[in-house]
Amino acid sequence: MTLDFTPILPFMIVAGAALALLVLDLFWPVRLKWLTPLLAAASLLAALVVELGQANYLRAGLSNMVIIDNFSVFANAIFICSGIAAIALAYDYIQRTGINHGEYYVLMLFSISGMLLMSTAADLIIVFLALELLSVPLYVLTGFARPRLDSEEAALKYFLLGAFSSGVLLYGIALLYGATSYTSLHGILSAVSRGTADMPLVVVGAAFLLVGVAFKGGVVPFHMWAPDVYQGAPTSVTGFMSVGAKAAGFVALLRIFVVAFPPVAVELTSVMNFLASLTMLIGNIAAIGQRNIKRMLAYSGIAQAGYMLMAFVPFGNKAIINDSVASMIFYLAVYAIASFGAWAVVVAVEQAEGRGLDIDDYAGLGRRYPLLGVAMLIFMLSFIGLPPTLGFWGKFYLFRSVIEGNYIVLALVGMLASLISAYYYLRVVVMMFLHDGANITVRRNWLLSGLVGVSALAVLLLGLMPGPLFQMAADALLRL
Amino acid sequence: MNLDTVFFLILAAAAVITAAGMLLNRNAIYAALFLILNFATVGIIYFTLSAPFVALTQVTVYAGAIMVLFLFVIMLLGAEKLPYGEGSLRTQRLVAIGLAVVLLVEAGYFMLVKQPGLFLNPAQAGEFGTVEQIGRALFNIYILPFEITSLILLAAVVGAIMLTRIEKIQRAGQTGGEEQR
Repeated sequence: MTLDFTPILPFMIVAGAALALLVLDLFWPVRLKWLTPLLAAASLLAALVVELGQANYLRAGLSNMVIIDNFSVFANAIFICSGIAAIALAYDYIQRTGINHGEYYVLMLFSISGMLLMSTAADLIIVFLALELLSVPLYVLTGFARPRLDSEEAALKYFLLGAFSSGVLLYGIALLYGATSYTSLHGILSAVSRGTADMPLVVVGAAFLLVGVAFKGGVVPFHMWAPDVYQGAPTSVTGFMSVGAKAAGFVALLRIFVVAFPPVAVELTSVMNFLASLTMLIGNIAAIGQRNIKRMLAYSGIAQAGYMLMAFVPFGNKAIINDSVASMIFYLAVYAIASFGAWAVVVAVEQAEGRGLDIDDYAGLGRRYPLLGVAMLIFMLSFIGLPPTLGFWGKFYLFRSVIEGNYIVLALVGMLASLISAYYYLRVVVMMFLHDGANITVRRNWLLSGLVGVSALAVLLLGLMPGPLFQMAADALLRL
Repeated sequence: MNLDTVFFLILAAAAVITAAGMLLNRNAIYAALFLILNFATVGIIYFTLSAPFVALTQVTVYAGAIMVLFLFVIMLLGAEKLPYGEGSLRTQRLVAIGLAVVLLVEAGYFMLVKQPGLFLNPAQAGEFGTVEQIGRALFNIYILPFEITSLILLAAVVGAIMLTRIEKIQRAGQTGGEEQR
């Protein structure tokens, strides 16, 4: 039997680079340590090239455990670009905070390889393993600033709650296997449509899967870990986690529920409706009270997860599911760009020993560093969803698919939540431009500045012409 | 009710009782020993389902290797006994008992009323569950999950080493700094 590895080629490149760097990093003298991030970024670029080469290449492989379609290509492009951005975010930061170990990049590559696998998973066993592969390195990276106490605390909290949620997910998979005698998404769907499945158990199993992925995506009420973990983790890790782990959770949600669970949409739609409303409201309201910028962005990330989940509520409706998926992954890309920009600003402003992380510390920064201030303004406008930024189009498409699905009340809740969010996003900008503050010296580093600049330009320029990117998202269909 | 069912019910009761014993015991060593009993019971259940290889793996890997590690860790940390008296958990305990009763009723309803055939799990014949069959499945259909598992374990090992090693380096650095002062 010959094995066809083409469907997991990007995964193999990234995982192989992680293995190679793990060994190579030990042999490089200290003055050559910059080779590790460089090679990590190079491997990610190579994976990106291969990934884009797989566009319009529909294929299932390795005993139908994995599948590539345009959806997986689009999602993986987001993951790989997040990885490259995360390296740019980390390069200077981990040097000045004294945690510059080559294993940082190795663990990050492992985590990215898990994400790459997640989007191609056609079997629940792969979903579970991909989730673990992306989570285990993140637990470690969260505690990377050990023995700093808040980093240790964050790592332990993330690990315990993450292990628990993995357990719930696994229980859901076991129940589905018991109910349908399949673990593959297609098998489950066919068992359900043949009527050989035990329906109550399928519903319970699907609900458990929802809990497991909702935890990763930071959806209320499974969000409790996010603010503490985001605050305690090294900021460069937080930036990576807030995009990568969240995106992976949503990618898994889309793949599993769109392929396997349209038959249980009747039972689960009201649950998702409730979760989405709750997530948007609680995320935005809790963000208002935050003084620490990392906690504020954590709650903002929770609220953004709520908007995405909102578009997913009509997932059982075959007529609009494609629009819904397209608007969600388009929003994932939008969120990723603006998020990395905002986190790069936070990393640049952060001072030694965790100072400079309060929103009050941003006072006056916009006047002394106009470009930085304008960039932050652009990211915040994008988060709110105001034109002419990319965030406006992201929200526009999300709300369009909600209204197409006839969930008017949900759309109104989303509007209300967006209005609330304007207050705390704009507070940062007001603080930067209209207040006088202490003299904080912003870290100047070409990688960070580049990341801020590229993100800001992308948010603006793509905001002026969102067509091509949205077309790509619209083409990113899940192969059913 | 045939002999198989009676046997299964005894084993199931043993498994539940040992699991409860593990949770309720305040002495970590006893809890670990209960867990070994639980693993062994589950192993025997695997035997009755004609899966001897899985049964032996369960006993050697879980009841053997992993539990020995658990005991080592418990003894090294000196964490044999949990402290008594946690007032804030009392309400949680009440809620948990209530939910447990609900779960028990639900499970009983499913097993006895809705699916009375659940106990009748006829032993599979012939090749099923042999080492050969498992190996074939593992290295053909499940080759990708198998390899991913190895990556996860590697990442975990690297992480464990990182988290313990960093501390040593930095503690050495800190004490060095204090001496200089």
